[in-house]
Amino acid sequence: MWLFVLRRILYAVPILLGVSVIVFGLVQLSPGDVVDILIPPEAPKEVADALRARFGLDKPVYMQYLIWLGHLLQGDLGISIFTSQPVMGELSSALWNTFKLAIPAALLGMTLGVTLGTLAAFFHGSWLDKLFSATAITGVSLPHYWVGIVLVSLFAVIWNVLPAQGMGPEGFPSTWEQIKHLVLPVVTLSLIPMGVISRLVRASVLEIITREFVATLHAKGLFNRRVLLHVMKNAAPAVLALMGLQFGYLLGGSVLVETVFNWPGSGNLMILAIFRRDVPVLSGTILVLAGIFVVINIVVDVLQALLDPRMRR
Amino acid sequence: MLATVVTSVGLVLGLSNSGAQAGGTLRIAMTAADVPTTTGMPNNGYEGMRFLGYPIFEGLILWDLSSADKLADIRPGLAESWSQNKSDPTKWTFNLRKGVKFHDGSDFNADAAIWNLERFYNTKSPQFEAQGSAITRARNPNVKTWRKVDDYTLEITTDRPLSYFPHLLVYMLYASPTQFTKVGGTWAAYAKAPAGTGPFKLTDFKSRISVTLERFDGYWDQSRVAKVDKMILYPMPEATTRLAALRSGQVDWIEVPPPDAIPSLKAAGYDIVTNSYPHAWPWVMNIKKADSPFRDKRVRVAANYCVDRDGMVQLLNGVAEPSVGFFKKKNPLFGNPKEAYTFDPEKAKALLKQAGYGPDKPVKAKIMISTSGSGQMLPLPMNEFLQQTLAKCGFEIQFEVVEWGTMLVAFRNDPSGPPALGSDAVNISLVTSDISQMARWFWSGNAAPKGSNWGNWKNEEWDRLLGEIQTSTDPATIRKKVSRLNEIVVDEAPWLWIVHDLNPRAMSKKVKGFVSAQSWFQDFTQVRME
Repeated sequence: MWLFVLRRILYAVPILLGVSVIVFGLVQLSPGDVVDILIPPEAPKEVADALRARFGLDKPVYMQYLIWLGHLLQGDLGISIFTSQPVMGELSSALWNTFKLAIPAALLGMTLGVTLGTLAAFFHGSWLDKLFSATAITGVSLPHYWVGIVLVSLFAVIWNVLPAQGMGPEGFPSTWEQIKHLVLPVVTLSLIPMGVISRLVRASVLEIITREFVATLHAKGLFNRRVLLHVMKNAAPAVLALMGLQFGYLLGGSVLVETVFNWPGSGNLMILAIFRRDVPVLSGTILVLAGIFVVINIVVDVLQALLDPRMRR
Repeated sequence: MLATVVTSVGLVLGLSNSGAQAGGTLRIAMTAADVPTTTGMPNNGYEGMRFLGYPIFEGLILWDLSSADKLADIRPGLAESWSQNKSDPTKWTFNLRKGVKFHDGSDFNADAAIWNLERFYNTKSPQFEAQGSAITRARNPNVKTWRKVDDYTLEITTDRPLSYFPHLLVYMLYASPTQFTKVGGTWAAYAKAPAGTGPFKLTDFKSRISVTLERFDGYWDQSRVAKVDKMILYPMPEATTRLAALRSGQVDWIEVPPPDAIPSLKAAGYDIVTNSYPHAWPWVMNIKKADSPFRDKRVRVAANYCVDRDGMVQLLNGVAEPSVGFFKKKNPLFGNPKEAYTFDPEKAKALLKQAGYGPDKPVKAKIMISTSGSGQMLPLPMNEFLQQTLAKCGFEIQFEVVEWGTMLVAFRNDPSGPPALGSDAVNISLVTSDISQMARWFWSGNAAPKGSNWGNWKNEEWDRLLGEIQTSTDPATIRKKVSRLNEIVVDEAPWLWIVHDLNPRAMSKKVKGFVSAQSWFQDFTQVRME
């Protein structure tokens, strides 16, 4: 088992290196450099050059990349070209803000998804199945930002019971003042994982309950609850993989939801860095997010292997 | 008991100082995507200057933002007065104001002023600030040397005579040298605890979330001590989010409400404040690109006769006014140009016919437009509207839609180079406050990529007149010649004159005392909360 985990971790190294090369390369494809955005053309050349030199933009791209990589190995993600603040500080605060949204959204979406999908499968063909399936499809189909705006209109503007935007007071969300800022974005963000997971759980459970071993379990006189446990265990690997992916997407930050709710998370930071060509922020953010994605996948792989020993091979 | 009586008497007699009268917190949603930088030379363009520039920091010369009825002009700031040397017009003497304190308690004097000039103009000084220097020097490219005459007298020399030099100095703001040393001598640390001389001091900074400014009771101009206790600024780039924040009571004031929401905001009891200000929303035409149809003056003029400006204003629910020149028509500097642009498709078609175009040969042009951006209003529907009206005269317009950063890169590079993406014009909003801005956009010596005359338009009479204005010291002559410059740009049409923004703001009824100055900048000191 440990060898399996080690192998997965080693796989992550070339993936992250590849991601970093692609990020650096893509940013170079866009016309002009960050200094063109930062300063008007009338700025004297010596000042523009000083700015380029300060951020190493006067060096060839491969050198810039290698220098960045060298700093990265020492745990330094560099300095934002726009704000002159360390990327690590900006990124950790953005990630923390995104965690505040993503974790409750994932818990809500996944719990609802598994529950609705399982019930829909067990009551296959009934009005309950139709209702839950329609809910799941609606969750997947409705555009995030539209749902967000509708929720804001209803709960913030018309009824004025929840805030329209922002995070409220800083810190771990423990007071009502903090929690009420979470409600609308979390509900909005949970819709897609809820819909996607619900659809997969329904399909997986439906497929499993028609298998012979389930009939055997029933024939042996097992209670429905015990049979459900076996069914869920068999459905778990595929569902876990999807949950891992969905959680990764949520941590990447939903740019649209963060925009509608003015939430300063990682998606917001990334889009800002793209628009500003702020390469250190962009590279750092994407690399850290890719790293988190890889870790989630390793965790999912390990969980799957624990549930199904065949997967360790 | 005695204290109560004394206080009551003081209040009745109006003896309390302006600080004690103050109260409340003003919460504003900006359109910026991030909190502008706070070192005293904010990024995020003029919105950055409006909120994180002038409220905290000041220049030797400031904008007079006290009136809503006339175009804002300059007034004394940290310098009480200034003069241009008659024998050597490149020398300017500034008499600095005494008794001005930075927020950290240190004095503003000639040493502090020189420390700031070194910060911007001397790359080898320990306080050199690369980003702030780049922005300041782009706006003040003519400063050559500086000298302390005495503790409260400063002399600055420019690289050539420049009559409008004071209009450029409003963009150079002064930070506290003492505070810089106190925070450890780095601008990154200074950004978290800056000190200027302005009516507000920064007390809390949360990147991408908010910035809190508090009233500075020790402000040198007691008539302009802020009336509110605090001003909290939120970056909120999405218009519908700003709207929801206002309507749910999370903020008291939003910049640029969506035009289609204005009737409902009015109906719900919010104040919509608009005023004319020196802003233009044009197409800057590419004269340099070899196959640009706008190289032909007749095509440029024809396009100007084919803009339905009233229709555009209607589309925008009245938050813009028609533009037919660099200066607005009511401005005495507008002059008497030959061309008086109206929506006249027949005249446009006749001009196009002269230029060799017709129904079988439409004018094909590609225009770079942005999805959003500073001062860009509603670029997509507005440009679609233009595309439809111009089609009636024989223009076949295509758009190159880019995000704001890409447009800035294009605008700051060669118009015939790759960043322009083959565009024949760029739709970018620009400042039209005074002659210094006019020189920036139209002087051939400032042609891109060296400067901001993106289209590379050149007119010899115009360049000659500008030179004469720069060396003149007679205000009447300067005014006359500036008028002529406007006449030339109207008749030669290097821009497609479309509309001027009216700078809409929406605010709750609790906000009182705001005077909407005809400027990109505003005075927040007189605002109070009820």
